Amino acid sequence: MPVKLTLEMVIFAALAGAAAFAAVGVVAFRNATRSALCLVFNFFVLGFLYFSLQVEMLGITQVVVYTGAIMVLFIFVIMLLNLGSSHLLAEKFDGKKPVGIFFGIALAVLLSSQIVPMFARTESKPLVYPLGDSKVVGQTLFTSYVFPFEAVSFLLLVGIVGSILLAKRRMS
Amino acid sequence: MQDVLAAFGRAILLILPIFGPVPVIIWWERRLLSWMQDRIGPNRTGNITFSRNSRMIPSFLKGKKIKLFGLLQSIADGIKLFLKEDIMPSKTDKLLFIVAPFIALFVSFTLGATVPFSGDLRFTPVADVNIGLLYVLAISSLGAYGLVLAGYSSNNKYSLIGGLRASAQLISYELAMGVSLASIVMMSGSLKLTDIVNQQQNTPLYNLNFAPFTLIANWNILSPMGFVSGIVFFICMLAETNRPPFDLPEAENELVAGYHTEYSTKRWALFMMAEYMAMFVFSMIWFTIFMGGYHLLPVRSEFLDGIEQKVGFLLGPLSMMLKGAFGLSVYIWVRATFPRLRYDQLMNLGWKFLLPLSVGNLMITASWIFANRVYGNAVGWGVVCIGYAILGIVWLRTRRKKQDEKQFGSRSIDMVVSSVRISSPEIAAVADATEGL
Repeated sequence: MPVKLTLEMVIFAALAGAAAFAAVGVVAFRNATRSALCLVFNFFVLGFLYFSLQVEMLGITQVVVYTGAIMVLFIFVIMLLNLGSSHLLAEKFDGKKPVGIFFGIALAVLLSSQIVPMFARTESKPLVYPLGDSKVVGQTLFTSYVFPFEAVSFLLLVGIVGSILLAKRRMS
Repeated sequence: MQDVLAAFGRAILLILPIFGPVPVIIWWERRLLSWMQDRIGPNRTGNITFSRNSRMIPSFLKGKKIKLFGLLQSIADGIKLFLKEDIMPSKTDKLLFIVAPFIALFVSFTLGATVPFSGDLRFTPVADVNIGLLYVLAISSLGAYGLVLAGYSSNNKYSLIGGLRASAQLISYELAMGVSLASIVMMSGSLKLTDIVNQQQNTPLYNLNFAPFTLIANWNILSPMGFVSGIVFFICMLAETNRPPFDLPEAENELVAGYHTEYSTKRWALFMMAEYMAMFVFSMIWFTIFMGGYHLLPVRSEFLDGIEQKVGFLLGPLSMMLKGAFGLSVYIWVRATFPRLRYDQLMNLGWKFLLPLSVGNLMITASWIFANRVYGNAVGWGVVCIGYAILGIVWLRTRRKKQDEKQFGSRSIDMVVSSVRISSPEIAAVADATEGL
């Protein structure tokens, strides 16, 4: 079945390719900072993938939370611990590696043989309701999902209090 | 295809007004700063004085002066920077060293993509998305990467410290910034910047529909909640753009030049351009959110609306540029006024003052909206007064007193040896007389 080349598809291919390359870079680089930067780029491009699906709210949250906040902290810690030296992270040759690669490829082929034909047939449909609108997201979050939302916020609060307790110096 | 071309056109239309004024901004900063510090500043470059007796000069020009007030200084500096030898330190992380200034530049260019310059949506903003305000926060948080990577890749201790400080500072001030914007979002009910601008101009002051209030537009800065979050946002904005008094990442008297110590020529120029553009765009964003965007005056009258409908495409960008220039002047004014914060002062201000203040402000805004809708205007304003009173009392009760603060050793050392100190003759006489006792 011939695939029609549309502008959307070109944009998707570019973004997805960049994201995939960045994801490979995360594990391929030996320098911890560069790996983290690849992850940053991956998250950033993923945000744009969400934009292309017209869920702007999710995409911008991805960029704000992961790219803007969490990865800055990651890089902060990496720089603080000075993990830049590459010899620390060099691996020795391992017999498990080729076997792992073989099984990995086999699994990828098996999965893609099932998934790709399905995806080739599907056509993009407009969203049922506009998830990109912050109002819709907020309303669902505060009505149908209010309990998980509050539970998660409570969990995060516990985490913050715990980390303060751990980090606080004992006052004499 | 036409849409794509239009989007490209809008992107270029965004970049021109923020990239073009950079030389003038630099000149303006240097002149205004030197005026405030009682200096003269660059006022010569570009001045031409024609000879009085050379035969090469036509007679009407002899002895004449062409004054440009030093406006060409930035152009001359730019030419110098681009023609200098490009020095790259040998033991740097080359890729990141090259990429870092581009990230800084990318952030400044893309920051204003959701800011409307006029009511005409064909030309601006580049993308009128539902999440325009969050976009600003997202892109400005990416600004940390440029500085952090520059600091890391330079392989210089001072640069690394500068980069670390930059990341810590940006993370700390982003929170207060986001929370202060949240109360604006609650008041205007939208994350779209065009909606926020329209809501400010098209509703009467405080949403009161009687005589004096209907004439004045409901700019966010005019309401107490908007005023507080405007102040908080402005302080966070200074910190986000690494401007004095928050320029710890490049504190020149402790870290040489911080994250850009190892940078020279073009790459350094890129950092500087990024900083000035970010300042300009951020001040335009501040005016968009808090002071009516592309509308020049907070006045609602049919006469002004008529003018705006006729020449809005000119008046809008003009007033945005004026407001941006005013914001820049305030930036420079702040730089001339306040000394740089110490690191602990920076963290205390961000975490212990701005964040609680903006969270309290958010609560007051929420209860104001609730009381306003349920019980009416008077109760709403009563709630606001009570809220701020509670906030003030909490602040007075919880703040640490000056004398309780631990003084650092170096700060309490008497810098002048007492015997050298010049004292008035009367005191000196008493001191001499009592010395033996």
